[in-house]
Amino acid sequence: MFESLSDKLSGILNGLTRRGALSEADVTAALREVRLALIEADVSLDVVKTFIEQVRSRAVGAEVVRSVSPGQMVVKIVHDALVETLGAEQVGINLEATPPVAILMVGLQGSGKTTTTAKLARRLTERDRRKVLMASLDTRRPAAMEQLATLGKQLSIETLPIVTGQSPVQITRRALDAARLGGFDVVLLDTAGRTTVDEALMAEVAEVKTLAKPHEVLLVADALTGQDAVNTARAFEERVGITGIVLTRVDGDGRGGAALSMRSVTGKPIKLVGMGEKMDALDDFHPSRIANRILGMGDIVSLVEKASQNIDAEKAKALAEKMRKGKFDLDDLRDQLAQIEKIGGVGGLLGMLPGVAKMKDQIASANLDQTVVKRQKAIIDSMTRMERRNPDILKASRKKRIAAGSGTKVEDINRLLKMHRQTADMMKAMGQAKRGPMAGMAQMFGLGGGMPSAEEIAKLQAQASAGGAGLPDFPGAQGLGQQGQAGKPPIGLPTGLPGMGGKGFGLPGLGGFNPFGGKKK
Amino acid sequence: MTQSNPLDQKRGLFQRLFGSDSAAAEPVAPVTEPLSWWQRLKGGLQRSSQALGQGISDLLTKKRLDAQTLQDFEDVLIRADLGITVSERIIAALKREKFDRDVEAADIEHVLVNEIKNVLDPVAKPLAIDTTKKPFVILMAGVNGAGKTTTIGKLTAKFKAEGHKILLVAGDTFRAAAIEQLQVWGARNDVEVMSRPQGADAAGLAFDAMTRARTDNFDLVMIDTAGRLQNRTELMQELEKIVRVIKKCDAEAPHASLLVLDATVGQNALSQVELFRKSAGISGLIMTKLDGTARGGILVALAQAQQIPIHFIGVGEGIDDLEPFTADDFARALTQRV
Repeated sequence: MFESLSDKLSGILNGLTRRGALSEADVTAALREVRLALIEADVSLDVVKTFIEQVRSRAVGAEVVRSVSPGQMVVKIVHDALVETLGAEQVGINLEATPPVAILMVGLQGSGKTTTTAKLARRLTERDRRKVLMASLDTRRPAAMEQLATLGKQLSIETLPIVTGQSPVQITRRALDAARLGGFDVVLLDTAGRTTVDEALMAEVAEVKTLAKPHEVLLVADALTGQDAVNTARAFEERVGITGIVLTRVDGDGRGGAALSMRSVTGKPIKLVGMGEKMDALDDFHPSRIANRILGMGDIVSLVEKASQNIDAEKAKALAEKMRKGKFDLDDLRDQLAQIEKIGGVGGLLGMLPGVAKMKDQIASANLDQTVVKRQKAIIDSMTRMERRNPDILKASRKKRIAAGSGTKVEDINRLLKMHRQTADMMKAMGQAKRGPMAGMAQMFGLGGGMPSAEEIAKLQAQASAGGAGLPDFPGAQGLGQQGQAGKPPIGLPTGLPGMGGKGFGLPGLGGFNPFGGKKK
Repeated sequence: MTQSNPLDQKRGLFQRLFGSDSAAAEPVAPVTEPLSWWQRLKGGLQRSSQALGQGISDLLTKKRLDAQTLQDFEDVLIRADLGITVSERIIAALKREKFDRDVEAADIEHVLVNEIKNVLDPVAKPLAIDTTKKPFVILMAGVNGAGKTTTIGKLTAKFKAEGHKILLVAGDTFRAAAIEQLQVWGARNDVEVMSRPQGADAAGLAFDAMTRARTDNFDLVMIDTAGRLQNRTELMQELEKIVRVIKKCDAEAPHASLLVLDATVGQNALSQVELFRKSAGISGLIMTKLDGTARGGILVALAQAQQIPIHFIGVGEGIDDLEPFTADDFARALTQRV
């Protein structure tokens, strides 16, 4: 029921791909669906209209590049237009000014200003090594100032002492003085939430801005916002003047149309995104990633980054060597399960894969949650070392013992063993094949024919952390990357998933669910 | 210009809002009288009408209702967050009745308002405190920043005025200073607030509160919870646990589980209601922040898809800025702006 924008668009455009020629009727049909999908994704109507026209003028009469299907051509045009609207490149927080650099945080009530202020302070302190002072100008919401003070204490970042009875303008003056005298590099001013029709409060924040002369004015906005996103963004831009947008609750299951809307009406970059409740959950905004997600290509770059952050490189190397020799025992399977858990579980992993978005409902109904992985780990943990190394010795009575020990049933153990056998067989084939279907499979995972050696894995990993990670050519991606990214920075194909590649992409824990082959389950 | 309304008091309100002709007959509202949401909305519309939009009459440039004009009206509804499906359905009704006929703005408004009202009427239900349940337990849930704590503060004022003995429970043990925020509301209303230090187990606190409310004869227990996004399984399980623990003390409790929705929310509200319903057995909705530019039209889609009661709307930061939800006012507000 809750199809995301990426689900919808990839559905429509897959339909187009199968057709022969790109006619004007095709474009119109596709764009009608794109329009609906965008509105359902909460993109503001005016922005949808502009966007559609932009795409139409490019799509109709566009030359269909040889060896590219007409559908792929439309995909590319929509993709490029999305990236363009979202802002072609990432813009960070600008601190190039004489300290103390003031940053003013504004937004509606409950958009996440105070939490974002603290997250930003932490980021500036830890990543940019700045000395940061936070000050709350929120004299209205009960305990708002205490909230910032508490967060400051948690993060060991200084906050301006609370003096009751002062007006926001007075507090601003005090904060600026304190920042100057205390030798702070940055002073973050967290304002009270306000509706844009509240003239008095809008005038007040404008006054604070005049006084503080902030180098950045960040509009903090909820990614779950609907059509009102344009009103909010426009009003803050007109009344206060903003330099950038911070989108919060991007970890929600919202469709994120607000990003497109706000960027489009203000022309101001989305600088950061809030990705969770923890204080380190504040990330850079990557327009092309969001556009890729919108197009159903999955957030593969995030996956690679997350994977390379969390996967133990040493273990990956060791495993690759084992695989080359055709050895893959239950201990290895257990490691692999643990790694999957670290990346955020099977659900999180699949959500980031291209094309898989379409199957999200099936995945949800298949109940592929953490518990499956956990249970399989428990089964392996209930085995003796000898059993883990040599699963062949597992007969009925051993299985019964293991089932009792792990709180599962004998069938579960059989299923796990079968999965292990299949994974091991596949890995063996991938490790040895230079030719034949398995070689193609290995190629798909960026293993370049044979298995990667330890050095190759290290290389892939370096590539990933340098940001040049590749989009593997999954069948579901329909070769989008190839032409969609032509001439762009090295998001080229098919370099593969570092770490993940080394471990094979068997996705253990899926118990017979094959994300690439479709719907076994 | 407005249709007759059976409620005298209502009609007076609308006359004050719309009828400049009847303004002379109606005494000007004294400055001290608090403005209703509808009045304020009207004020806001006047202020921002140039920048933000037009009324129905501005859209009706031709006498005859044609396809383009229908599309324009559909856009009005979409811009108010009603979503594609509901908007199309309402416009289809308008088309059935008025297409290719001579129409006036009032006719169009009448059809649109009625269509929306028909959807909203069945869900516009006041929140009734059943005094035979003692204590009557209300659980507040919602995503981060929706306005749960503020709404509790306002509800407390309202229910206290009705004579209930109230216990507030600071169940948001996660967010910094959430406890202090509820304590301020407790002090303002002069009611007791039960809390544990930040980071404590909210379910345990709920259990203590239930026990306490029984022994000390409270009529009403309102339990605040931490904001959580509905797709975060682990956080939703935490909420389920709170409900489970409450049920352990009283199988019928919580007697009302209220989901607080921010008016700015778009189509994601559908997912919020569905998933919060699954975890916390949401029994009703409160929509906050209707004093801004957001119209909250998603309630119409929700009423259609989920048939869930809507109790109150929040219209400001003040303690009495909470009004009962009425289908008629809300339907009018939705059609007022492009």
